[in-house]
Amino acid sequence: MRTTADRIRTWLLGTWSLLAILFLFAPIFVIVLFSFNDNQGRFNFTWQGFTLKHWKEPFAVAGLGEAMGTSLLIALFTTLIAVALGTFVALALVRYRWRGRGATNGLVFLPLATPEVVLGAALLGWFLTMGLVRGFVTVLIAHVMFTLGYVVITVRARLEGMDTHIEEAAADLGAGQVTTLWKITLPLLAPGLAAAALLSFAISIDDFVVSNFTAGQTVTFPLFVYGAARQGVPPQVNVFATAILVIVVCLMFANLAWQRRAARKEGIPVPEAQPLGI
Amino acid sequence: MSEAVAPAPGKGSRGRGGPSLRRRRALIPLLFVLPGLAWLILFYAIPIVSQVWVSTQTGNPDDGFVQTWNFSVYPDAVSEYLPQIGRSFLYAGTATLACLIISFPLAYFIAFKAGRWRNLMLLLIILPFFTSLIVRVVAWQTLLTDDGLVVNTLQAIGILGPDGRLLATTFAVIAGITYNFLPFMALPLYASLERMDRTLLEAASDLYASKITAFRKVTLPLAAPGIFAGTLLTFIPAIGDYINAQLLGTPNQFMVGNVIQSQYLTVRDYPTAAALSFVVMIVVLILIAIALRFVSTRQLSEAAAA
Repeated sequence: MRTTADRIRTWLLGTWSLLAILFLFAPIFVIVLFSFNDNQGRFNFTWQGFTLKHWKEPFAVAGLGEAMGTSLLIALFTTLIAVALGTFVALALVRYRWRGRGATNGLVFLPLATPEVVLGAALLGWFLTMGLVRGFVTVLIAHVMFTLGYVVITVRARLEGMDTHIEEAAADLGAGQVTTLWKITLPLLAPGLAAAALLSFAISIDDFVVSNFTAGQTVTFPLFVYGAARQGVPPQVNVFATAILVIVVCLMFANLAWQRRAARKEGIPVPEAQPLGI
Repeated sequence: MSEAVAPAPGKGSRGRGGPSLRRRRALIPLLFVLPGLAWLILFYAIPIVSQVWVSTQTGNPDDGFVQTWNFSVYPDAVSEYLPQIGRSFLYAGTATLACLIISFPLAYFIAFKAGRWRNLMLLLIILPFFTSLIVRVVAWQTLLTDDGLVVNTLQAIGILGPDGRLLATTFAVIAGITYNFLPFMALPLYASLERMDRTLLEAASDLYASKITAFRKVTLPLAAPGIFAGTLLTFIPAIGDYINAQLLGTPNQFMVGNVIQSQYLTVRDYPTAAALSFVVMIVVLILIAIALRFVSTRQLSEAAAA
């Protein structure tokens, strides 16, 4: 039974939602659009005509390609370390009962709830106290620290949704704990691990605040943009930002499809709690 | 102890319940958790606490700092930067409220009306945030710039005077913060609405509750944990933000984060910077402690990772 009032309410809600999503996409349109801007001078603030030249020469700006390379490398190492460490923490939290679980849960959660400026400032103070020279390694340490929690939560959700019967069957058939972990648990976890990897990669490559405090002389892509913001950001920055966005979104869709297929094969419904695969 | 090792369980040993095996089983979760936990203790917990050590030193960047347990840095720093601290609360609070007003109808629509578009809409909320924060804020600069599309339109319809501007105003800073932390509000709100038992709404209407009464007495209380988690998860990162104030505002809009950043990286007055960041951390911990009386760590951390 739908009255006119109901229909108007739904229509109003829908319009509001559409406007909200347009608001969220406004700067994204600008980023993509201005990567094609035929800008004159060093500022890229006003539209002056369409060109493909920045896409053809993405490395034309000194230092940008290098910064992008540094960012990619840090994101790659961050992902490898954070997924390796975080997966085992998640396994310990879900599959075992031990003293200190509560405290560990808290310590995993806290960095996610700490403002980034505090994370950066605390690490910088600590590195200064320890006399560590800031650079690639300190940024990597910082990125692993704040992506670890995301990995644990993503993998934990997947582990909890997993059928433990297969693991029990493996143990009954004589597989040791290591064998069960290696041959059964980790392969079943794979889509969750991929989601966790994707998330930590995306967070690491986009991080500005913590890198600002811990990088020293090292320049990552967001730090390059920050440095350039005062003199005018070159359109090549928009090219790289667009490319990162497109690649991450493609990987996300691929992982979503993979999760669905894996879930169907196991005969369990796609977990509603992770509609985005993250 | 040697007796624990004595039976020497071979790699294939899988007898159930031997004392050595039980001990080894108890060891496994510890081995699993140790590397990750060590990382968090070394590079999160200790650095946070060490802020106290850094903050109570005196000296200058050229001659170095020595520990003097100078606790007066705390009242000094807070009183000197009171305007910036006040602005942080004001801007973060206003932006959180704006996020709630924008997100609630959006989350409600996705949870109850969107049907098969639901997952797509959720994806669209997240998607813009896979670009770097700094690139997004620079894009907002482009949008709000003088003589830009937004300013020209607002001037044409008379909302903004001929000399009116958006960039370098308090409005731009709060709008920027609202934009950048919106998903932290929208997703927990959606999660709490989606989990709601819809039969309760039918029951309310069977009992002759009007739509508005049903919303006030059923939907809103059931959405409360989401509102709560969303408010916390938006307010906490917003209070430490300094990029929006730096790129969309002027020094008149600077927040506590701007002070921490410039004192640490430019002025190199480490004790003041450490004291301020420790104060922010204490405020955050108090907020989390209050929140945990209403929602579980679990709900919060999952909302944070959504």
